[in-house]
Amino acid sequence: MLYDILVSPFVQMAEQPDFLIQVLWEGFVSGILYALIALGFVLIFKASGVFNFAQGIMVVFAGLTLVGLHEQGIPAFVALILTIGVMGVLAYGIERVVMRPLVNQPDIILLMATIGLTYFLIGFGEFVFGGEPKRMITEELWLPTGSTAFEFGERGLVVLQHIDIAAAVIAILMVSGLALFFNKTRIGRALRAVADDHQAALSVGISLNQIWAIVWFAAGIVALATGIMWGARSDVSFALEIVAFKALPVLILGGFTSVPGAIIGGLIIGFGEKLGEIYWGPLVGGGIESWLAYIIALIFLLFRPQGLFGERIIERV
Amino acid sequence: MNFRAIALGTALSLTLAAPFGAGVAQAEDSNYVPLLTYRTGAFAGSGIHIANGMNDYLKMLNERDGGIGGVKIAIEECETGYDSQKGIECYEATKGKGALVYNPYSTGITLQVIPKAAVDKIPVLSMGYGLSAAAVGNTFPWVYNVPVTYWDGASVIIKYIAEQEGGLDKLKGKKIGYIFLDAGFGREPIPLLEQLAKDYGFELVQYPVPAKEMQNQSSQWLNIRRDRPDYMVMWGWGAMNPTAVKEAVKTRFPMEKFIAAWWSAGEEDAGAGGEAAKGFKTLNFSGVGTDFKALGDIKKLVVDAGKSQTNPETFGGALYNRGVLNSVIIAEAIRTAQEKTGKKVLTGEDMRIGLEALNLTEARLQEIGLAGFAHPMKVTCEDHAGSHPVFIQEWDGKKWVKATDWIEPMKEQVRPLLEAAAKDYAEKNAPWPARTEACPN
Repeated sequence: MLYDILVSPFVQMAEQPDFLIQVLWEGFVSGILYALIALGFVLIFKASGVFNFAQGIMVVFAGLTLVGLHEQGIPAFVALILTIGVMGVLAYGIERVVMRPLVNQPDIILLMATIGLTYFLIGFGEFVFGGEPKRMITEELWLPTGSTAFEFGERGLVVLQHIDIAAAVIAILMVSGLALFFNKTRIGRALRAVADDHQAALSVGISLNQIWAIVWFAAGIVALATGIMWGARSDVSFALEIVAFKALPVLILGGFTSVPGAIIGGLIIGFGEKLGEIYWGPLVGGGIESWLAYIIALIFLLFRPQGLFGERIIERV
Repeated sequence: MNFRAIALGTALSLTLAAPFGAGVAQAEDSNYVPLLTYRTGAFAGSGIHIANGMNDYLKMLNERDGGIGGVKIAIEECETGYDSQKGIECYEATKGKGALVYNPYSTGITLQVIPKAAVDKIPVLSMGYGLSAAAVGNTFPWVYNVPVTYWDGASVIIKYIAEQEGGLDKLKGKKIGYIFLDAGFGREPIPLLEQLAKDYGFELVQYPVPAKEMQNQSSQWLNIRRDRPDYMVMWGWGAMNPTAVKEAVKTRFPMEKFIAAWWSAGEEDAGAGGEAAKGFKTLNFSGVGTDFKALGDIKKLVVDAGKSQTNPETFGGALYNRGVLNSVIIAEAIRTAQEKTGKKVLTGEDMRIGLEALNLTEARLQEIGLAGFAHPMKVTCEDHAGSHPVFIQEWDGKKWVKATDWIEPMKEQVRPLLEAAAKDYAEKNAPWPARTEACPN
């Protein structure tokens, strides 16, 4: 038994290095995709202290809007710009109708509001686009679709999907852009001020409404990128909403307020669950991936309750 | 309370009350058929086509023939979202309206409705899904899974694989992978596959896909790549299907050795893999295409007349036609029940007689404009599925084409197992009612 747990998986890794590379690559891609979803959650949490339950459906909504507009005969890149516009309108609408009336309400009220928003977007999305899955317009957006295979020896093979490489590049660009935005721009700094204390931020002239609209818009763009990447791997359907909750262990691990935390957390979960499922999963009959991510996150929590990069909050009463 | 609040409250009350007033009124001179469907949620991609096919055929009968036997069919859809809890809510909400039969379109909902059927005296028709053991009519007089059970279907796949390899004896030492939706539906054929693995000496390797991971199957396919099974068998539904096909293409699994059940037979399922998915196969037991007289009538009287929710592009698709076949069985059972009982407006008990005496012959299929659309099927009091033959269709890169003739399931192996499973079910759910219903045949 101990041999199976402690030795055998590493023997397998050494025996089939090409397969190990493939597993690591898949873990990397999954991690990047989880990180993209987690980013959307982090953005909203940073600005308003709200866990945005609607982030998953925003991914679906953005993807469906893009494909739906293209189905109406609108060229792909025009549809992309229009979708960004739609996410902007949605962000403004959320700020105006949902967030603004709830300023200074307890966090749980805001969480409930995002749950309501989720159900609204599910119903509205199904009403407008129907429930059928749609094919992502990957080629029309000039995203690569093929694969490159590296063959080693007699049976060694590593296959890299071009769309996965594109996902990694886009995620890295998006994270770098957001990091710059938060740290180097006036709006970014204002956003962090709002995250720290609503009333203090208001007292120095920061417009809470404007910041919230901007941050929901940024989360909408992240959702669009996520929808395109996940949609390209399968289809754009309402089933994608559930995938978004893969970000939960990433957030627990990386901290709810840290952009780098979302990335590092995503990668740890991505690598961890793939290596665990492939090399240790067979010991218990497989299928451990869905809960292994939470176990990894919980182990980290034992040592760092605030997450890897989360802020340590000490509240005295 | 000001005027605005009163006006708003009144408007809201009227809006909420409207659906109850506007529901399908079950007239005394109609036969009421509730359809438990799902056009929303994670499985809508498959559910919409089935719902459209079921609806359109029954509507066509109303339009063309004024219903069945001169009595209109009152059709009412109830949205389940493929959720067992909502399915039961739909069942409870509609059973009091004189429901003739329930088509749950989910193995999970079927399993929950089965114990209620005998109590409420409303039969359950789970066409090609649900509890395989329900084929044993003497244990389950209220449940019908004609034309074929999952166990029959799984046996056809194993038989087909054996044919490719040169005989059942050649299966020894082979490795067959089974990827399935980790729910009642996907787990249903496992006992049969395990038994056949024992009987023929092949290794069965299982790859469960949790519902929330349907669109995230890379781990399962990495395992498949490592294990190198000789063939892959799939029991998938909804978004699981296109994702699996894409992953199979991605991992370079030989598509001609990838065979799925009839619920993976949608155009979008294989289409997700496009040209590269060429060779992917699924079982099927309903017609392919639109070249059938009855489908022409549906097109003219329902779809083109704007009385359908069907997207004209998906009309005649594999899952749409499956929905049509489901309604053909309902309609023929109604007709049979009317003949047997002499009544025009039926009850659930009458419908049970119609289902148990169902005999859809080749001549009858021809008469209703569906020659060749399905294999002739007959229900007996002992056998509610009939273990009818199915065929295999193959994706040619753009569309499904029929790849084999009708293939008989391995009845000799399957039937004793079904009987044992039915006995086991009755024992586990004791006191399971002994059959008291007379056999109409």
